[in-house]
Amino acid sequence: MTDVLVVAELSLGKIRKTTLSAIAFAKTVAEGTSGEFDILVIGDGAEDAADEVTGFGARKVLTAAIEGDYRCEAYAPTVAAVGKEYGVLVACASTYGKDLMPRVAAKLGAGVASDISKVDIDGGELVYTRPMYAGNVIGSLKVTTDVQVVTVRQSEFEPAAESGGSSDTEEVDVVEADVASRVESLGIEVVQSERPDLSEADVVVSGGRSLKSAENFEKVLEPLVDALGAAMGASRAAVDAGYVPNELQVGQTGKVVAPKLYIAVGISGAIQHLAGMKGSKVIVAINKDKEAPIAQVADYFLVADLFDAVPALTAAVKKAKG
Amino acid sequence: MKILVPIKRVADPANANKVKVSGATVTHDGLEWVMNPFDEWALETALRLTENAADKTRVGEIVVVSIGPKEAADTIREALGKGAERGILVEGSDAELDSHVVAQVLAKIVEKEQPDLVLMGKQSADGDSNVAGTKLAETLDWPILNYVSHVETADGGKTLTLKRELDVGVQTLKVTGPAVLTVSDRILKPGTVKNGVTPASFEYADLGDLNSRLSNLKNIMAARKKPLDETTIAALGVEPARVDTYVGFKLPAGRSGNTTYLESVDDLVAKLQTEAKVL
Ligand SMILES: Cc1cc2nc3c(=O)[nH]c(=O)nc-3n(C[C@@H](O)[C@H](O)[C@H](O)COP(=O)(O)OP(=O)(O)OC[C@H]3O[C@@H](n4cnc5c(N)ncnc54)[C@H](O)[C@@H]3O)c2cc1C
Ligand SMILES: Cc1cc2nc3c(=O)[nH]c(=O)nc-3n(C[C@H](O)[C@H](O)[C@H](O)COP(=O)(O)OP(=O)(O)OC[C@H]3O[C@@H](n4cnc5c(N)ncnc54)[C@H](O)[C@@H]3O)c2cc1C
Repeated sequence: MTDVLVVAELSLGKIRKTTLSAIAFAKTVAEGTSGEFDILVIGDGAEDAADEVTGFGARKVLTAAIEGDYRCEAYAPTVAAVGKEYGVLVACASTYGKDLMPRVAAKLGAGVASDISKVDIDGGELVYTRPMYAGNVIGSLKVTTDVQVVTVRQSEFEPAAESGGSSDTEEVDVVEADVASRVESLGIEVVQSERPDLSEADVVVSGGRSLKSAENFEKVLEPLVDALGAAMGASRAAVDAGYVPNELQVGQTGKVVAPKLYIAVGISGAIQHLAGMKGSKVIVAINKDKEAPIAQVADYFLVADLFDAVPALTAAVKKAKG
Repeated sequence: MKILVPIKRVADPANANKVKVSGATVTHDGLEWVMNPFDEWALETALRLTENAADKTRVGEIVVVSIGPKEAADTIREALGKGAERGILVEGSDAELDSHVVAQVLAKIVEKEQPDLVLMGKQSADGDSNVAGTKLAETLDWPILNYVSHVETADGGKTLTLKRELDVGVQTLKVTGPAVLTVSDRILKPGTVKNGVTPASFEYADLGDLNSRLSNLKNIMAARKKPLDETTIAALGVEPARVDTYVGFKLPAGRSGNTTYLESVDDLVAKLQTEAKVL
């Protein structure tokens, strides 16, 4: 019997969808071990946001209101105090989960299974699957401490669906730590976009260094992105060059995506880029170099100059979609 | 300012697809050992924070530490060749480590060395865990700032102004040191690392595809004479009691391997509609 605590992620007072992947994990483990799961909503606006997650079948939804921007040092003591009663603590392996959860683990002397793609239950014992070596090796890991800390890869855990009912909510005490006073947030520039979120979209169109400017991303790539109702992504080279903001980076150090359709426009397909997209169902490469390593994973490879091909494809998609 | 930079050696990440597995071990025969590129970014950041780049003088001290087999000394020497002052090798086999043990060992080194900052990679290119830095910070009761893309130091590193990259956007912070920092991809863009000593007008060149500066001949010669202390996990009083255990490794399922080459947009659209059925 393993009880699981889901640590929800908030942004601007709302539950981020990343949380639903952590809930999906919690359901699997709780059901598979005849345990239960609770959800801890922590941060600025936690009490209001808690209502968003009462319909997922949790035994309880716990709230801890902490004002101001997220800071690991300010959240970890409360998560650890609440979490020590559970067998597993889980969050999504977003930057939030990867920042917060190891600190919680260290407080509890717990082991961490980071960025897992799967969990199996073997005679009541949890075995975690996690990609390593930029996705080139898949490791099976056991955590041997009483409390286990886990972060789950969003693209590998289908968001949990609401199951009806309404969990009771309960406020928990906020535990403070002196070290938090040494970290002052001067603000988070939250990037808001009308487009679907990169980690959740069914279609992703990514551009590389070859687009050559921010303006070309806007003029050449964005019309295709929007015609497909897609999310926009980018290679690290395009982010480094300042063509698009860092949140759009796909790869080992960016986001990991697994949409139904991934279109890589003028991206060579370096090993670190592949790490973030090779789980996509259908991969299309548009590249003028037939030999580009993206061919290793591409199902369809359009050998063309992107500045001709992308506008033509945009027009064709618009026509096809009527 | 004194900075501790923990570095790990990893099998050449550019060839990670050549790594082999058998049961509960990973083998990388034929692959070169290199400095974890994420740690290389941290090292370069530390070098920039401890120099006057305009007149090429050192104004602070960098100690690099690696936990690993004897051969990891080569990776430390490489860091010394790039300009770090001193090295520490903590002998231990990779197989007895996990991020918990790594954090415990590094905490002991921090207690001894009393650095103003610890700068490290957010993840290792092999384990990809992204855990050791944050566990270290908690063990020390220091702040952790992950994914730092801008850093400005004042008062010899005691006050830091930072930007860090989160999934939702960029966060700006003011931090009172000492602290542990892990760096993001953007940390080495020109103008992102400022120490108040290098003139504000100085611009570092874009490193391109390099992960840090090359070592020059003078530094390589000097590196041979730089101190490299050796110790062991046991001598530091750390029990290598792992809390995470790998029970097996395998290679990922490959994709179909069939790539259909197309010459026209019309052909592509037709395939996506009728064959892949995604349009
Ligand atoms: C044969 C073999 C068996 C292994 N078995 C296990 C196992 O059973 N369980 C397990 O958890 N791990 C095992 N490992 C991996 C272990 O050696 C990892 O180094 C350790 O888990 C640290 O995790 P990470 O590299 O993913 O750290 P991360 O958290 O990704 O590393 C972050 C940062 O920490 C610093 N760092 C990490 N390691 C070192 C180091 N050695 N020296 C200096 N700085 C460092 C670096 O700055 C790095 O950028 C095994 C490795 C081998 C080769
Ligand atoms: C530790 C580490 C981590 C990294 N993490 C990431 C990561 O998370 N994500 C990531 O993406 N990268 C990452 N990288 C960088 C990666 O190694 C590559 O440098 C990067 O992905 C290259 O980006 P690119 O494909 O846009 O550029 P390039 O490699 O320069 O490729 C450009 C491509 O565009 C094609 N092209 C040029 N002009 C045209 C045209 N007119 N029409 C059509 N095609 C054209 C070329 O044939 C070429 O294939 C990492 C690197 C390191 C060392």
